[in-house]
Amino acid sequence: MRKTCLDLVYQLAQADERVIFVGSDLGVGTLDELKAEFPERFLMEGVSEAHVVGMAAGLAMSGYVPYVNTIASFITRRCLEQLILDVCLEQLPVRLIGNGAGLVYAPLGPTHQATDDLAHLRAMPEMTILAPADAEEMRQLMPQTLDHAGPIYIRLAKGYDPIVTSEATERAVLGRGRWLNASSGEALAITTGVTAGMALDAAKILSDKGIKLSVLHLPTVKPLDEEMILAAARGAQAVVTIEEHSVIGGLGSAVAELLLEAGVTPRFRRLGLPDAFADGYGSQRALLAKLGLSAASVADAVQKLFAHRRMKVV
Amino acid sequence: MTVRLDNRSRALRRMVLDGLKQARRGHLGAALSLVEILRALYDDVLRYRPDDPLWADRDRLILSKGHGCLALYALLVDKGYFDRSELGGFCALDGTLGGHPERKKVPGVEATTGSLGHGLSIGVGMALAAQLRQRDYRVFVVVGDGECNEGAVWEAALSAAKHGLNNLTVIIDYNKQQSYGSTTEVCDLEPFPEKWQSFGWDALSCDGHDVTALSQLLAGAVGERPRALICHTVKGAGIAEAEHNPAWHHKNKISDEQLLALYQELGDLHA
Repeated sequence: MRKTCLDLVYQLAQADERVIFVGSDLGVGTLDELKAEFPERFLMEGVSEAHVVGMAAGLAMSGYVPYVNTIASFITRRCLEQLILDVCLEQLPVRLIGNGAGLVYAPLGPTHQATDDLAHLRAMPEMTILAPADAEEMRQLMPQTLDHAGPIYIRLAKGYDPIVTSEATERAVLGRGRWLNASSGEALAITTGVTAGMALDAAKILSDKGIKLSVLHLPTVKPLDEEMILAAARGAQAVVTIEEHSVIGGLGSAVAELLLEAGVTPRFRRLGLPDAFADGYGSQRALLAKLGLSAASVADAVQKLFAHRRMKVV
Repeated sequence: MTVRLDNRSRALRRMVLDGLKQARRGHLGAALSLVEILRALYDDVLRYRPDDPLWADRDRLILSKGHGCLALYALLVDKGYFDRSELGGFCALDGTLGGHPERKKVPGVEATTGSLGHGLSIGVGMALAAQLRQRDYRVFVVVGDGECNEGAVWEAALSAAKHGLNNLTVIIDYNKQQSYGSTTEVCDLEPFPEKWQSFGWDALSCDGHDVTALSQLLAGAVGERPRALICHTVKGAGIAEAEHNPAWHHKNKISDEQLLALYQELGDLHA
């Protein structure tokens, strides 16, 4: 997904001279092709995220469409105020590409884990937040970022993540949700980012137990596709949200707010990371499982919602 | 000792007072120290078109110490960007002139500032854009001395030097007073010119109330490096009680009598 994203920045730069790439201090070789072909539109500015985002704002005010790239935790936390005041308040077309969101950098510890980025950025007026599930979805969404008005945060997963959106019935459209499997299940999983794959795996587990789990995937967390979510939730008896992010302030919070205010109240549970710093390292997948996020735990949570519902009916 | 001002500087300061009339509050001391800096820029240095504020080839002036905005508003009125009566809406519920300047609301304001340490990075982006597109507009960023406590200022300073942005000038309103007290007490900046030089900038110093000197230095030929002009100023310049007085950094609860006295001190005998 990361490679696809950057490859597409290169393609966009080839097609449109407004596109300029701004890195902080990325890995050696990053976007060498773009650098070779358009050296004046390849900037590597050093470990200075606050400055980099402010500078990108100045470039955007001068007609450029900057694609700014660094590690997700840094591009959201270190320059929080620049994002709000220099970029969002000015409604500038700055693109923020955050590498390794969620627990991708599990072995590197809490300094590198972006588990609160959605909460921070959701509260910023004008900000659009993308969290694609895989490279294919990224490929469909990136061209739509070029002429989008206002800033966009692009939340990247690990890279070489499995393709999970190939069964989707529609192409990915910025601002819209998509069904990744049949839309008529009695249980509904609402996902963003790589949790789409987790939900599809959970659907297989639940299918063996006689529960149909539909997966509504939101590659755009903000603005929320409210119409699609409400329509889907109205037809479901149980709803779970799944995100590689704190349960506070991210997708689950957004969906809960929407449902409750609309008077749509299925059995509901937010699945995400607990409100605690991760204790432990290991691989992303292993740490996620340790913290309660896996296909098995999703399936278990859905089953429990159903058990609760049945008990209530009895 | 009170800073000596000519008629034009006093007239501009009276426009600053216009902003206080309605709001009865404002960063008066911080505005009064930079009137001559802005006057020199707008009278003698900047290239701009008040009837076309977004003219592509205009020079850019960013007031990074946004709390000094009353002085900027006065110059923008003076040059015809908007009517003097707008100053009566300073900080008002439906006013366009806020206690810090907003780019999308006020014609002539190039960046929304108020949180310190943002303007120089934005200015680096603008100056870099000019360099990349071979445009000849210049970028001027006015920062406060206390603002230079912010690390982002120095990140931007490194970046400007790296790109050789000789179209960028930072102007430091060095009035040596920040909110709590003197800059030496809160967080000393000295040796200040040497800091800028060591970051790869040309650094000059001058009296920040000497309009002739300011104009000559600011309009002078650019070198090969970005340039810092350290302007020695007096906080609250022009009003005896406010000069060097941190209590006037942000002044509020100004009475009718006080306001009248301020207008008279600034030469308005009909106030």
